[in-house]
Amino acid sequence: MRWRDLIFLTVMIGGGLALVRGAVRIPAATTTPQRATSGSAVADSQAAAIRVAVEGLDRAFRQQWAEQGIRPAPPADDLTVMRRLSLALTGAIPSLEEIRRFESRPAGSRLDAWLDDLMADRRTSDFLAERFARAFVGTEDGPFLVFRRRRFASWLSDAILANRPYDAIVRDLVADRGLWTDHPATNFVSVTFNPDTGRPDPERLAARVSRALLGVRIDCAQCHDHPFQPWKQADFRGLAAYFGGAYSGLRGIRDGESAYKPLDRKTKAEAEVAPRVPFRPELVPEAGTPRERLAAWIVDPSNPNLARATANRVWAILLGRPLVDPVDDLPVNVELPPALERLAADFSGHGYDLHRLIRVIAGSEVFRLDSTDPPAGKDPNAAPDDESWAAFPAVRLRPEQVAGALFQAASLPTIGPQSHWFVRLATYTGRNDFVRRYGDTGEDEFHAAGGTIPQRLLLMNGDIVREKTGRGLFSASQRVAELAPDDRAAVEVAYLIVLTRRPTPEESAHFAGRLAGTAGDDRKDRLTDLFWTLVNSTEFSWNH
Amino acid sequence: MLTVSRRWFLGAAGAGWLTPVGELLARQAERSREPARSVILLWLAGGPSQLETFDPHPGSAIAGGTRAIETAAKGVRLAEGFERLADRMGSVSLLRSMVSKEGDHERGTYMMKTGYRPDPSLVHASIGAVCCHELPAVGTDIPRHVSILAGQWPSRGGYLGAEYDAFQVDDPRGKLPDVSSPVDALRERARVQDLEVVERAFAKGRRSIARATLHGETLSRARLMMSSEQLRAFDVSREPAGVVDEYGDTPFGRGCLAARRLIEVGVRCVEVTLSGWDSHVNNHEIHRKLVKQLDPAFAALLRDLERRELLDRTVVLCGGEFGRTPKINPLGGRDHWPTGFSVALAGGRLRGGLALGETDPAGLKDPARPIPAQDVHATIFKALGLDPLKENFAPVTGRPVKLSEGTPIRELLA
Repeated sequence: MRWRDLIFLTVMIGGGLALVRGAVRIPAATTTPQRATSGSAVADSQAAAIRVAVEGLDRAFRQQWAEQGIRPAPPADDLTVMRRLSLALTGAIPSLEEIRRFESRPAGSRLDAWLDDLMADRRTSDFLAERFARAFVGTEDGPFLVFRRRRFASWLSDAILANRPYDAIVRDLVADRGLWTDHPATNFVSVTFNPDTGRPDPERLAARVSRALLGVRIDCAQCHDHPFQPWKQADFRGLAAYFGGAYSGLRGIRDGESAYKPLDRKTKAEAEVAPRVPFRPELVPEAGTPRERLAAWIVDPSNPNLARATANRVWAILLGRPLVDPVDDLPVNVELPPALERLAADFSGHGYDLHRLIRVIAGSEVFRLDSTDPPAGKDPNAAPDDESWAAFPAVRLRPEQVAGALFQAASLPTIGPQSHWFVRLATYTGRNDFVRRYGDTGEDEFHAAGGTIPQRLLLMNGDIVREKTGRGLFSASQRVAELAPDDRAAVEVAYLIVLTRRPTPEESAHFAGRLAGTAGDDRKDRLTDLFWTLVNSTEFSWNH
Repeated sequence: MLTVSRRWFLGAAGAGWLTPVGELLARQAERSREPARSVILLWLAGGPSQLETFDPHPGSAIAGGTRAIETAAKGVRLAEGFERLADRMGSVSLLRSMVSKEGDHERGTYMMKTGYRPDPSLVHASIGAVCCHELPAVGTDIPRHVSILAGQWPSRGGYLGAEYDAFQVDDPRGKLPDVSSPVDALRERARVQDLEVVERAFAKGRRSIARATLHGETLSRARLMMSSEQLRAFDVSREPAGVVDEYGDTPFGRGCLAARRLIEVGVRCVEVTLSGWDSHVNNHEIHRKLVKQLDPAFAALLRDLERRELLDRTVVLCGGEFGRTPKINPLGGRDHWPTGFSVALAGGRLRGGLALGETDPAGLKDPARPIPAQDVHATIFKALGLDPLKENFAPVTGRPVKLSEGTPIRELLA
């Protein structure tokens, strides 16, 4: 029967389109850059307030350097800082198009203007959302049906783009009710769904809250007390008990009677555990469900942990390494670095404004220093101190950043929400494929060690790299071969596209020599070779 | 009988083709009773049913009609379909009372491959990564940890570092990915020379950073691998046709054959994955099809290793992340079952022909003599001459991590 075939085909095509639409988000209307409003008085006073915070942060570091007798590295040039900003916020390098626009702006303010652009860019909120999602729900596929990672990440991305206060986001994570589809925050709870008990797992939730939100590892006391750890098993169980009444059903996550009855270590009997926070109990409100009360305690500005943990994490997202390492293990009863205290106080004192936190860190002197070898202190024989932040740290790029950089380096225009949907789909699947081959680091966010042989092989010989640097119709290398007016200009443009900098005189002379006197296919091959070389350099795979 | 002259030896070493040297070492090992040097993991991804593989309960209600066959090991029966493995059971022992707390595919895989439960503070190292870390690396230009037909969660280096991750390859019939340059030798040489110019510019003012990246060294090692004759070990088409047929001419069979070839050139651990065991529906049919691939490959691998005097030097472990429920669901499937499932262990001078542990034929009671995953790890490390209690230190936190927290299984250690 033909009409049935027709219906089948329609459903298939419709489903396919829906999938494509789901995979490649249609840009929201909110992506128009905020620069239009930057002239207004509100934006100006905000910028002035941020400048004050930045100056305070800079003073803290300068004082520390003076005490240690360290002369910090010189400032990095604008393009280097531009590359850092793009990699940290969008997970890709700037396009040639963006570099040209950047350089057309006045030298003194172009970095701030670029930061403004990025903060209003959907690529930024998408990338940041993914980084935060790893801390909130991990990278596991999670339980079938009751966990929707994509929904969760896009909810987070919307919130970050709109600069929703971070405490409101955290409240939703911990206490929201409803279905994981229309209340995406509940995925924070539902990802721990345990099929054996048919409920979310209070202990896994306590571990997440402890690490991702409080920045401490109370879960290390999950099994027993440790002699040198400040946390006791009772602290962990008290925290878990807040989730003892979380259930999941047809109507999503809801609250009920607590069913959290952990076994006593010695007697193996079930123990009743009352909800109890590990410190500052006076901040827990009386009213609300257990989860609401826990959320209120976490986001109370008098409880310093959320702000410290978040400032440390955002610092790590921007500079590649946290102020206190590991990112989720802030020391207790030990003085924290003054910079972290300062950032945390600024963050909770200004309504948990995530954009402001990012702007303060990205505007700081440390973020804009050159990435030289760490300068030595008073004693020139002592090993230079990495923790002084007197130079920008060189950190290996994450696999997603290498993928983002590679795809952008193959294209002259910016790959982003405004690209054609076909480009976005190809980029989305291509990047995922690349990350799979390159090796995802999973939840291990900030411990990138040296590269691996398969990674080098992939970047030297992989099909993706061959396509991206090679003879494709719109490939950047081929367009440079066709359009650059002369050899030196071609070399310069290639450097800008791949490494976001201009070649040194030695490099320029060397590679112009390689191109000299070539034409047609031969010239295209030489440019493919140049792109290959740049993509395989240390500089390409590292943030610096 | 192989006569070894100095000229022959130098010729072989000069060619860099280490098979004969591997054989030589095997003979030496035979004499001095050296511990095992390699591990082959036959990974049955999805969670195979113990009842349709290594722990049949014929005639019982939970069998659902699955019959059992006698094997070369007296009193040890396998499910029907394992006729070839049955002949080799003298060198295989079955652990029938494996227990774990992880009933989720990803977490169960982690548990079985690392011997630890998933832990948010630390990614543990898979067995192959530990082998590569603990055993010396001599004369191997290719990765010493290889995953053939890598499934969704191939073995990882974890806290030991990404350099211990398994090198992933597909069906050995296809071309090895990313190991040949996309351009001719002349262009390739020019590209690498040109790279020096760019590296020099980056290292200016960043000498110690540039050195610490190890970028140049990793690149040289990758290029050494590209030109290594040991890469031929991946190429099963170099084997006589009869051998390929013996393994069963399937991707998994070819993977097992490649595993043997890789072990011969000094690779420490090869993981070969056979996926598709997640039989929530039509359990028996799914298992019949997969056992048809597993049986000849597993049996041929053991036979081949023995023939080449490599079995004593190689531990072979075959299993998945968990087993399947004794109860058959309304769709004719079996669901996840981490309490009382089976793995098979062979080689490495471990005692064969045993079946340890016992599951309830009614499928109700917990198994007698439960064996946790970490005990299998401890046993394998023992067979490799390693102390399971040895500690390595995780980066940053400096947390000590034992190779395994399990207890070696005494009956298997001769």
